[in-house]
Amino acid sequence: MNSAETYTSIIPLLAVLVSLIAVPLILLSSKFKNLRESWTILAALIKFGLVLSLLPGALAGKAAQCSVLEIFPGIDLSLRADPFGVFFALIASGLWIFTSFYSIGYVRGAPEKKQTRYFASFAVCLSATIGIAFSANLISFIIFYEILTIATYPLVIHKETKKAIDAGRKYLIYTLTAGLFLIAAAAWTYQITGTLDFKAGGLFGSAVLDPRDAVMLFLLFLGGVGVKAGIMPLHSWLPSAMAAPTPVSALLHAVAVVKSGVFAVIRVVGFVFGPTMMAKFGLDTILMTLAGITIIVASLIALRQDNLKKRLAYSTVGHLSYIVLGAALLTAEGFTGGMLHIAFHATMKITLFFVAGAIYINLHRENISQLNGIGRVMPWTMGAFTIGAIGLAGIPPINGFVSKWYLGLGAVQADNLIPLGILVLSGLLNAAYFFPIVYIAFFKKGEGLEGKGEAPLLMVVPIVITATLSLLFGIYPDLFFKFYQLAVNISAAILGGG
Amino acid sequence: MMTLLIDNSPVLIPLIFLATALLIPVVAAKRKTLAWPLAFWATIAVVAVSIFNVRRVICDGPVHYRLGNWAPPIGIEYVLDHLSAFVILVINSVALLVLLHAKKVVARELPHKRVPYYAAVILMLCGFNGIVITGDLFNLYVFLEISALSLYGLIAAGEKQSPVAAFRYLIMGTIAASFYLLGVGFLYMETGSLNMADVKAILPTVIDQPAILVALVLMVLGMGIKMALFPMHGWLPDAYTYAPTTSSAIIAPTGTKVGAYVMLRVMFFVFGVNFVSKTLPLTQIISWLSAIAIIYGSVLAIAQKEMKRMLAYSSVAQIGYIGLGIGLANPMALIGALFHVLNHAFMKACLFLVAGNFRYKLGHSNVSRLTDAVRKKMPWTMAAFTVAALSMVGLPPLSGFFSKLFLILGAYENSAWYFIVIIFISSLLNAVYFFRILEKVYMRPRIPVPGQEEETDVKRDEVSASMLLPTLILAAGLIIFGILNAFIVKGIINFMIPAGM
Repeated sequence: MNSAETYTSIIPLLAVLVSLIAVPLILLSSKFKNLRESWTILAALIKFGLVLSLLPGALAGKAAQCSVLEIFPGIDLSLRADPFGVFFALIASGLWIFTSFYSIGYVRGAPEKKQTRYFASFAVCLSATIGIAFSANLISFIIFYEILTIATYPLVIHKETKKAIDAGRKYLIYTLTAGLFLIAAAAWTYQITGTLDFKAGGLFGSAVLDPRDAVMLFLLFLGGVGVKAGIMPLHSWLPSAMAAPTPVSALLHAVAVVKSGVFAVIRVVGFVFGPTMMAKFGLDTILMTLAGITIIVASLIALRQDNLKKRLAYSTVGHLSYIVLGAALLTAEGFTGGMLHIAFHATMKITLFFVAGAIYINLHRENISQLNGIGRVMPWTMGAFTIGAIGLAGIPPINGFVSKWYLGLGAVQADNLIPLGILVLSGLLNAAYFFPIVYIAFFKKGEGLEGKGEAPLLMVVPIVITATLSLLFGIYPDLFFKFYQLAVNISAAILGGG
Repeated sequence: MMTLLIDNSPVLIPLIFLATALLIPVVAAKRKTLAWPLAFWATIAVVAVSIFNVRRVICDGPVHYRLGNWAPPIGIEYVLDHLSAFVILVINSVALLVLLHAKKVVARELPHKRVPYYAAVILMLCGFNGIVITGDLFNLYVFLEISALSLYGLIAAGEKQSPVAAFRYLIMGTIAASFYLLGVGFLYMETGSLNMADVKAILPTVIDQPAILVALVLMVLGMGIKMALFPMHGWLPDAYTYAPTTSSAIIAPTGTKVGAYVMLRVMFFVFGVNFVSKTLPLTQIISWLSAIAIIYGSVLAIAQKEMKRMLAYSSVAQIGYIGLGIGLANPMALIGALFHVLNHAFMKACLFLVAGNFRYKLGHSNVSRLTDAVRKKMPWTMAAFTVAALSMVGLPPLSGFFSKLFLILGAYENSAWYFIVIIFISSLLNAVYFFRILEKVYMRPRIPVPGQEEETDVKRDEVSASMLLPTLILAAGLIIFGILNAFIVKGIINFMIPAGM
């Protein structure tokens, strides 16, 4: 960031490494379940603490940088905790803590096989995610991005059923291809500019680009980051990947992996191309069109899913494009809204996935049509679900409203009412596919629920906490972490830097 | 004594191997068990000298060594520059690791042929090293034949189909060597010299002669066969598949690289970059053939059931990467090609050793018969395989990623986006045939019966340390080279870019 001063600090590196160090410990203590899980919890807490310690600096507009080594001639493997990186890292590492507790309850309740592999892969994923958040240049970014791809694969195929294996294949085909696009895009950028360092407002500087080349390059980038961001038509791995255990869907396919995708979209829009170039070559229109179509189509498909996790997956696809849309608006409020939605969608969607997992573990039910009356036996769980659903529909006082409000403001600011219309329509569709679940859960009479109660405490507590967070952030977005303040600063930097 | 050794360090390498190759049959005639230690320790000595040589070149610059103190162009000159020192170190270190692995494998696969086998291995290495270090075109031919003759023997010692494969290679190899020799003849006719530097100096005066063109084409064709560049790769798959484990593991990483080295040396350092890329569109032809090789090799690799055969076709594709880097003829691409020489040597050696470990413990290396029992039996071997496979697919931070990145940058430099597409497709195809194995080994496609405990009758049955260690070192090398690629490129590969590129 132009305005952000940089100071040398090893904390970003430590934040990445913590969970990586936990991996051998997890593998070595595979015979002792409680010890093994305590490594995960410990790593999650330390990681969050480290990221949190970077927050004051980020709020002051400073970035902690740590160059590890020269990974490619002329390019360092470099970690730079700029405000945007800290913003994303906070969400990912914070929610990992809840997911870890929840995971323990889930895998023991299921009970899942190969739990050691599960927890070890999870830890690698988190290292990669924080690495993505803190990458100072495209090469470092690609390295962590690909590590994330590979580390997620064992989690997607975890159940080792035919369905899971097919999903794993699909996942690999999509993400590996995406990785190649990203590499091609990065190499091309390097060829043009000789630098790959992210820079608020764009890294091209004075380089002259042919309009056709600019569009091609942007599409290459989009092919690279669009898969993880679930932009249609690159989204279809995500619903398939729901074959994974629910905590994986919750953290990775609602937070870490897909948010890495949209994080990357914002990096590309704000830190590679920059708003000026985006507008100059009409790239914002391309992005906005894709995002708009994705939001509507994904919501329509979500309406027709009976499998709860599938419905959540399509809902995720739609909401990811909210963020993309926010970036495509190229306005201060748009960026702010998009970034806030990274954080707020995470707390809401993780709640919903946690709920789906709790229902599955507790009642072995996966389909919405089987959920009649479960609100009466699992009041806390379904209460949390209701909060998440209200938020995703964009109704106050849940945090989903806040991010959507700023997205709407961004559209107005951009003097473009089409995105605003899309947001309103999507809100209605969200209500249409979530509220019936709430309704049948609480008001219809259920069968076979006698003697059933809440899910294990290790699962219910995280659910309640994430739902409460959604509510609190809805009332006071700057609570604890000053997400709003950060988002405003970042969008100012992006728009001011170009 | 020490100064004598230091002064003569370039010649020591072929000399140690030659002496050992002759020594093995004599010393080990009575006690067959002596053959392996002799071969092994000789290779250790050579690796030590190679490391010293690399250091010497980096510190003091290229060394021109006159054999018998006869001045070139009359005498034979050995040239130790960054390129030759690097390739020699790669060849010998891989050979050392494979030899460490070989002890048990050869004792089981070829119990009665141990002595001639090790002698042939060492003789072949002598040939390879000689080819790389010599600065004399005819001397290169001599070493070429030395290595080829031992190669035929090493291949023919394998399964029952191997003599046919070796014979096929013999015919192709002889044609290749004849082409090369004919080319040298034409060149000698026009320039009157056999010393590479000398020929290079004289060439501009006779460059318009048609004989020069013929010479170049013949030499490149000959080396094309040797490095198994598509469509001259026909000998390779059978040879690699049916050869004994150790032979494939040592030939695959080194043999074709030597061919690539000669092609590069002759084209860029004798004829000159301008001549081969501007006057003649030779490099362009090579890049297109390589592109076809990359796709063809990858597709056929997918179709194979036998792991060694799969790896052989994958070699055809990987040589395509090296050929592509040479063919693009710009610094970035050439760095990619040279870095890939190192990477592919380590990757292929590692994968062939894994196949060897499978054969040693399971009795087969058939992809379709691999199950999750393999992982339980041989977790470390599988870990090495996973690393090598991911590197082949080109995932960061493994070394395979970076050679691809250099090649992609090189392709952009020439605005040759179609080659980038080729690299992409091949990466995905690589992913298909490696993940196919990973999936089989790490997953249980059977549907678990509820309530029934997992079978635990599969006991760990890993290969012994002498076989495991080299496999793991090679895999670790891929991680280290990947992370340290900038140091390798800036430290040594950058100095290999020929003038005029």
